[in-house]
Amino acid sequence: MKFKPKATFSPYLLWIVLFVIAPIGLIFYYSLLDLNGDFTLANYRNFFTPAYLTMTLTSFWYAFLITFFTLLIAYPTAYFLTKTKHKHLWLMLVIIPSWINLLLKTYAFIGIFGLYGPVNAMIEVFGFDPTQILFTDFSFVFVAVYIFIPFMIIPIFNALDKMNPSLIYAARDLGASAFTTFRRVIFPLTIEGVKSGIQVTFIPALSLFMITRLIAGNKVITLGTAIEQQFLVAQNWGMGSTIAVFLILIMFASMRLTRKKKRGGRA
Amino acid sequence: MKSLIHATLAIVVTCGVLWFAASKLEASGAAGGEGVLTVYNWGEYIDPALIDQFEEETGITVIYETFDSNEAMLTKIKQGGSAYDIAVPSEYAIETMIEEDLLIEIDHSKIPNLKNIDPYFLDLPFDPKNRYSIPYFWGTVGIVYNPNDIPEHITFDSWDDLWDPALKNKVFLVDGAREVIGMGLNSLGYSLNSRDDNELREAVEKLKGLNGNVKAIIGDEITPLMINNEATVSLTFSGQAADMMWENEELDFAVPSEGSNLWFDNMVIPKTAQNVEGAHLFINFMLDAEVAAQNTDYVGYSIPNKAAWELLDEEVINDERFYPPEEMRGNLEVYENLGLELLGTYNEYFLEFKMSLN
Repeated sequence: MKFKPKATFSPYLLWIVLFVIAPIGLIFYYSLLDLNGDFTLANYRNFFTPAYLTMTLTSFWYAFLITFFTLLIAYPTAYFLTKTKHKHLWLMLVIIPSWINLLLKTYAFIGIFGLYGPVNAMIEVFGFDPTQILFTDFSFVFVAVYIFIPFMIIPIFNALDKMNPSLIYAARDLGASAFTTFRRVIFPLTIEGVKSGIQVTFIPALSLFMITRLIAGNKVITLGTAIEQQFLVAQNWGMGSTIAVFLILIMFASMRLTRKKKRGGRA
Repeated sequence: MKSLIHATLAIVVTCGVLWFAASKLEASGAAGGEGVLTVYNWGEYIDPALIDQFEEETGITVIYETFDSNEAMLTKIKQGGSAYDIAVPSEYAIETMIEEDLLIEIDHSKIPNLKNIDPYFLDLPFDPKNRYSIPYFWGTVGIVYNPNDIPEHITFDSWDDLWDPALKNKVFLVDGAREVIGMGLNSLGYSLNSRDDNELREAVEKLKGLNGNVKAIIGDEITPLMINNEATVSLTFSGQAADMMWENEELDFAVPSEGSNLWFDNMVIPKTAQNVEGAHLFINFMLDAEVAAQNTDYVGYSIPNKAAWELLDEEVINDERFYPPEEMRGNLEVYENLGLELLGTYNEYFLEFKMSLN
């Protein structure tokens, strides 16, 4: 069969136009409408009020915390996974929980963190008073990190797995300490995996919304929560879309910051 | 290339089959017509034995479906394709449905049992003269609490008790802008339908003082938390409070004296109805004193049916927490449809309040 580039690409092109470009265009269009469907820039002006700016900053802060702790846990995990005998089986076991519905896992945490849940039972064993762990910043970050860990592990695992182990032996032979080997050889060679891991964690973390209510009791407000409220409660699609436009812009910015660098040969 | 085509075909075929199955399922509400009555109600909101009784008396087969929010119900009826003969929305949703011309006028001459309804629940602002809706159940917004876990001086006779320093980290609020901002307005003696920005501003500033006391702002998840004694104090709807108290006898419920919200769930006949005659029969049946009393026993909410009150346990009817006497009801207000603009303002203030909590 002869390969005809134009014909074979057209379904993908159609797909991208219909399901990527058109929705973004629609979001942008709606962001310019007010409640009566008239053209306005008021939504954008509204976004630059202290309330929404603070919300953007808190979203950023929590997304940063979540990404940071996810990376902190995922990197060593991925590293040790590559060292195990049946590494793909282990990787599978790490990934399986991510197939379970997010909401289901979140509800499970309500029970686990509850006043009479297993965590507090443990705390009591050590002689402390049980405390309500739910509805705090801590529980929010904890649950979010738990949810994102598999998504961070996969790209890092792949990067580590692809790395040629003889490079590590070479570094050690040449007198580098374990830490230097990690800092100068392993980490730079797997940086692309880390970057894709950050992308799949940071961006969704910015727009988390159900967990903010179920686990943080609405004490943590992210841009995602605000969008949900605007659409479902206030029925103000314009304002909801405006927040979404800013979310998209932030995503593009973070994609650019973490994009792959084109280099000749491997460093 | 061949496998690619196969894969694509497989996806297309799967989508087609799923779409077909979904449209079949969606159409279930469209099976109406003579001899069949499709009722669309909240979950756990009717005694199933009464449906059997209605079928027996009239020979009409009832198809019973449930929804869990006014918004979901509205969307489904607005979309068309359904053939619900009866729906049971709350007052603000009824107002919207009237505005959007989704309802059929009810012929009062076919509902003789309307006389059983206490006049207090008729001719309300959301549906003057009850042209489109007939009362089903009603209730209030108040505070459910566990008296064993809080100091004795806190009785929630006043909303201000929520601000008491003894309740540090103990208060749960319902995740609704109208309810929370309304509570703030009520605590200041203002109307919970206030359209005055100064009053709203003042209410939000006062609410921000709740900072240390609020543990969380959540939705229905509060029910299991209260039942399991994981939460101590919560702003909630009376019906939900009744559910909690049914499961956990330690709990108590209070509607503070400054005033609160009064809500109604009414029966309506959507424009899409296929069996309007049967719908009238059903409404009339539900208003029958004995039927209403039996239904109340099962559902546990407050019934507006005066004739049924005489048949119900006196303990139920005289429970001022759920059947506030008329002089107490003077302080209760029904939500007015504020319009999207003002609803947006309420929402912005609610967001501001939420953000001040952390």
